[in-house]
Amino acid sequence: MSTQWIDACAADDIDQDDVTRFDHAGETYAIYRTEDDAYYATAGLCTHEKIHLADGLVMGNIIECPKHNGRFDLRTGEAKGAPVCINLKTYPVRVENGRVLIQI
Amino acid sequence: MSMVIVGAGEAGVAAALRLREAGYTGALDVFGAEHHRPYERPPLSKAVLLEQNDASLPLIAAAERFEALNITYHPGVQVDQIDPARRSVRAGGVDFAYDALLLATGAQPRRLSLPGHEHVHYLRRFEDALALRQNMQPGARILIIGGGFIGLECAASARALGCEVSLVEAAPRILMRGVPEHLAQFIEARHRAEGVHFYIGTALERIETSADGLALILADGTLIAADLIVAGIGAVPETALAQAAGLRCQNGIVVDAQLRTSDPAIFAAGDCCAFPHPLYDNRMIRLEAWRNAQDQGRFVANAMLGEMADFAAVPWFWSDQYNLHLQIAGLAEGATQAVTRDLGEDARMMFHLSAEGRLLSAAGVGPIGKIAKDIRLAEMMIAHRAAPAAAALADPAVKLKGLL
Repeated sequence: MSTQWIDACAADDIDQDDVTRFDHAGETYAIYRTEDDAYYATAGLCTHEKIHLADGLVMGNIIECPKHNGRFDLRTGEAKGAPVCINLKTYPVRVENGRVLIQI
Repeated sequence: MSMVIVGAGEAGVAAALRLREAGYTGALDVFGAEHHRPYERPPLSKAVLLEQNDASLPLIAAAERFEALNITYHPGVQVDQIDPARRSVRAGGVDFAYDALLLATGAQPRRLSLPGHEHVHYLRRFEDALALRQNMQPGARILIIGGGFIGLECAASARALGCEVSLVEAAPRILMRGVPEHLAQFIEARHRAEGVHFYIGTALERIETSADGLALILADGTLIAADLIVAGIGAVPETALAQAAGLRCQNGIVVDAQLRTSDPAIFAAGDCCAFPHPLYDNRMIRLEAWRNAQDQGRFVANAMLGEMADFAAVPWFWSDQYNLHLQIAGLAEGATQAVTRDLGEDARMMFHLSAEGRLLSAAGVGPIGKIAKDIRLAEMMIAHRAAPAAAALADPAVKLKGLL
């Protein structure tokens, strides 16, 4: 399957310790910036009830679904306990010239 | 070693899973009063009513794991009796011995007693939702009694299905219990804009049948015609089994800070129990809430295994109506100061503080993206007994994350 790097947003569009939503070609993604300025990207919807994770809270390496507090490790997509049990898909990220690119 | 759980709702299932997660390997029997696999109740007033195709049972995600985890599930088996002296329960004519027993029996809808009450539907089980769904045809006149979460969610679902909807609330306003008036007004306005007719502050007198269907007559003589009447007027904790076993009950099965009943080998969790809350002066409270059932289920499993921590999770509630999302963290009772945070036209948020300035509760309604992060942050502040400055809470330019 071919993959491509997509320009998602400016690096400073996302606050430290926060997340933003990025929609592309009918899919939605969540892009994260941690406190130490690392960037990550995952599928945008919670695996429990398809809620946008970008509306949730980032705490360290955890993104919490805004609706039912399902938690995932935003670096690996790993589900961290009830009510979520299905992991999130993750995507490679790189920052170039102040832009965040994700490989999808 | 053997453990028995009575009840296969959120609390009972969460406890069973947690027991295995915590390394418990002995016998584990879960009794469910219903014939289904364990399922989530919140979608019954929302997604299940709205599904276009055949409604499917919203299973608790982890239920498939029962077999793999060697949890013995007994669907549709009523537990008839507890023998606390012998530490056993009787179910389906068989005795099951326990070292620790969990009662997660939940609650039942409170029933109306006015004349004609036999025509009223209630919503608790999957079959109740299917019956409502069958009657919620376009143009059908749906009358809802009770302006709480369930009544309002049913109203929103019925409007989405093209029904005519009336809602009767005998109290002076909707959402009297637990939702600030500032938010309740906003929610009511939205329902009115969607075409729901409200009858508020008038007592109900009787329900009559006619060739035209049903009619509810209010104390002031108002007659509201309907094809279907559904009531959501609160719930009554399921305590019969506990009472028969001699356990202390008062507005639920009374438990201590470790969720232990008056018998040290028997625990209770979820809608059925009344527990002391350390964040609220150890006041005895009982919650009918999805999150609390899960939190207490997980917590009580640890307690059954001997852990001595106190249950202190911040109460948390949510509702979905149309595209409005409501979240509340904490309890406002006892607050002396209310603070409004101005979120603009499409959302409302409010905080309640104690006389000492401690944050007791936070409530928000609007698009989920506008309220959820702040309610979550407020929840953490409540848990930490934080006393944030009222002016900071009121100012939408101040990020709550900075107040943690």
